[in-house]
Amino acid sequence: MTGASSPGSGLGKRLGNQASILSRFAATVLLTYLGLLAVTFFIGRVIPIDPVLSIVGDRASEELVRQVREDLGLNKPLWDQFLIYIQKVLQGDFGTSILTSNPVMQDIRRAFPATFELATLGILIGAGLGIPLGVWAAVKRGGWVDQSVRVMGLLGYSMPIFWLGLMALVVFYAKLDWVGGPGRIDIAFEYSVPRVSGLLLLDAALAGEWEAMGNAFSHLVLPASLLGYFSLAYISRMTRSFMLNELSQEYVITARAKGISERRIIWNHALRNAMVPLLTVVALSYAHLLEGSVLTETVFAWPGLGLYITNSLQNADMNAVLGGTVIVGSIFIGLNLFTDFLYRVLDPRTRAE
Amino acid sequence: MRILQRPSLRLSLVCALSLAMLATMAPAQAATPKDTLVVVTAMDDIVTLDPAESFEISAGEIMGNAYDRLVRYDVADPSKLLPDVAKSWTVSADGKTITFEIKDGLKFASGNPLTAEDVAFSLQRAVILGKTPAFILTQFGLNKANVAEKVRASGKTVVFEIDKSYAPTLVLNCLTANVASIVDKKLLMSKEQNGDMGYAWLKTNYAGSGPMKIREWRANEIVTLEKNDSYWGAKSKVNRVIYRHVKEAATQRLLLEKGDADIARNLTPQDLDAVASNKDIKRTSTSKGYVIYLSLNQKHPALSKPEVREAMKYLLDYSAIGQTLIKNIGTIHQNFLPVGLLGASTDNPYKLDVERAKQLLAKAGYPNGFKVTIDMRTVQPYQGITESFQQTAKRAGIEIEIIPGDGKQTLAKYRARTHDIYIGQWGADYWDPHTNADTFARNPNNADDAKDKPLAWRNSWDIPEMTKKSDTAMFERDAAKRRVMYQDIQADFRKTSPFIVVHQINEVAAFRSNLEELKLGPTSDATYMYKVNKR
Repeated sequence: MTGASSPGSGLGKRLGNQASILSRFAATVLLTYLGLLAVTFFIGRVIPIDPVLSIVGDRASEELVRQVREDLGLNKPLWDQFLIYIQKVLQGDFGTSILTSNPVMQDIRRAFPATFELATLGILIGAGLGIPLGVWAAVKRGGWVDQSVRVMGLLGYSMPIFWLGLMALVVFYAKLDWVGGPGRIDIAFEYSVPRVSGLLLLDAALAGEWEAMGNAFSHLVLPASLLGYFSLAYISRMTRSFMLNELSQEYVITARAKGISERRIIWNHALRNAMVPLLTVVALSYAHLLEGSVLTETVFAWPGLGLYITNSLQNADMNAVLGGTVIVGSIFIGLNLFTDFLYRVLDPRTRAE
Repeated sequence: MRILQRPSLRLSLVCALSLAMLATMAPAQAATPKDTLVVVTAMDDIVTLDPAESFEISAGEIMGNAYDRLVRYDVADPSKLLPDVAKSWTVSADGKTITFEIKDGLKFASGNPLTAEDVAFSLQRAVILGKTPAFILTQFGLNKANVAEKVRASGKTVVFEIDKSYAPTLVLNCLTANVASIVDKKLLMSKEQNGDMGYAWLKTNYAGSGPMKIREWRANEIVTLEKNDSYWGAKSKVNRVIYRHVKEAATQRLLLEKGDADIARNLTPQDLDAVASNKDIKRTSTSKGYVIYLSLNQKHPALSKPEVREAMKYLLDYSAIGQTLIKNIGTIHQNFLPVGLLGASTDNPYKLDVERAKQLLAKAGYPNGFKVTIDMRTVQPYQGITESFQQTAKRAGIEIEIIPGDGKQTLAKYRARTHDIYIGQWGADYWDPHTNADTFARNPNNADDAKDKPLAWRNSWDIPEMTKKSDTAMFERDAAKRRVMYQDIQADFRKTSPFIVVHQINEVAAFRSNLEELKLGPTSDATYMYKVNKR
């Protein structure tokens, strides 16, 4: 393909365009990360919590406090601290958590899969039920289906997840014994699954430990359903309003006039159009779930990302907080890219040059 | 030591209500493996597994089960000392040299032999690393430069030399602390990086010889202990102890009631009442070496008046606090030495007496009261006690403004002496009265740049006389005389000090009734899981 490299040829121009788009994109992503780190870093340094106290405790001598402060580099000017931190991050070193004594990325590799399993099952439930319910509510607008979906959505919106989680545990775990309790897996299986990916379902399947996999699933299903319910509430409301908007469009009237079945109009025409904004809603809900939900993780003793970041923040364990922030930032950026890509698939207009 | 965590009142109330609604439902039963003890507890305080650095409550218990030391105190009678890796010991006539003979044939879990050399190394290492708990050893005149000479192995004995003739029980009591745990020299030196004596490695690993070995610590998730088959003494009755981090008390209760946990450690007073009627669950409690107190900064003009200090002590509704806020989890106690320590006093002369307080305030020149702030961390029972104090103090005209904050925020302010009133807790660092006398009743230098900053210093309470008395008690070798000395100091302290000691903490654990021999120790490192029998 010699023509590709010669300037002025159509393909070369297109590649050049793509390269410039790509480099502009990379610059934006880098700047986003830098901004994210800078804001988190400086907020972390001005909050009135002393990380040294978290390490040495109340009884430490003044000398030890001074020494630890020096070891952590906290006596340097803020800008220097930030530059040193960025330098290390660029070398792939996110530092060590002062609370867990582990490298931050090792901690996150442990906490994130726990949250990932929960969030993924959660969003599957949320979107898988939320979208059809929303469509249904829009079609039967004002009917009893619409009303019940609204009530369900309102309840999901207004009930504290902490309370709901506890009630769900009392009923489905303690009383009915349908699901596993708090924690990711029963103690009996704790050491029967070798941790490879950190995703217990996957690891158990890889090891052929089907009983352990079933047990892990039974622990996952309740918190995931709760998170699913909360995103369902949001997704179904949004679906309903997008669908109402689409169903009042002229193309729907035209389609009806042409005698196309109502079912095709709803699912093939209207929903397809509503899908584009809906994708953003689902992706954002998913991103929120992936950040980790502190309250859900607390009630269900789930060692996920939300608890990790919150606990670190409360102890001014800034390496851990910054590492966590980078992960959460990456999730948002990654999901945005993914939805951009899906837009192109779903909406031909975005594909036009 | 780090502060015990209690969930906030609102959350507890919500949980208690929710659970009460469904209390009539009897849960279906699950069971934990028969050879495994499952403990649910809030253990996000653990920051290291190195006994030379570890000073947190949850970690203390792990160290107590996994590491040996020269001597231990007897949990049944804490005034008695039991030999651990030491077979016997002799104290020289001047009290400045203690010689320990080490037992024969001891082994670390790694298989390495445990010798006098390891014992000397362990104590030297703790002093040289100089982490937070090192003061327990360095207070006897040991430092980085002299420790190799003062603490040395010679054949089967270890010689421990100190700078002054302290009461021998004080020195021995200090050697029961975690910081004096025996570590495996050969193993640690093989993991050494940049001359750190294995410090970086031991933070997340294990090098001990105790009844249990530490298999794994996954921060904020799990700690697993396993039976150490090469332990010299009575072997652990269970093969495994798994501590699971469960922060929420209501969740702990569900797991316990269902049988997925054997022991729950952080139930709220309400939860404890609720499980009392369950025949499958028992409770055990013990008075811990922790006291909760309010303290008055002597830099505040009003609070520095002796009459005001005393008046404040009459403005707390002790009986209401005892019956409601700290029910099951504390006992009213107005002295700085917790019950269980030599010389502890159980005199609690103060009760709510607004009239008496008013008289004292008038005498001090504040007949209409004054305004003052209190720094409080927003957890129970601090919140409840502070709010109750605010109400009762108002009746004498004192306006208390509460400044709520995170524990580390309020502590930073306290350490800088910029508070008016502070509410906090203090726990014994080792099982000897000097631990608390050292901080409540000693203040060698009240200047801002003082080297030692005990609690008396933090409240700018300048007490040359009492400091002298506390120092004398530290050297008294006759236990009976020493006891009287501490009782005298406390009598003076109760009347004149700017500390309003409110209560002593009770630790309560709820456990499945098929467990036997579960006993909580007065300090966290004396709660021995390896002694628990599971039927």
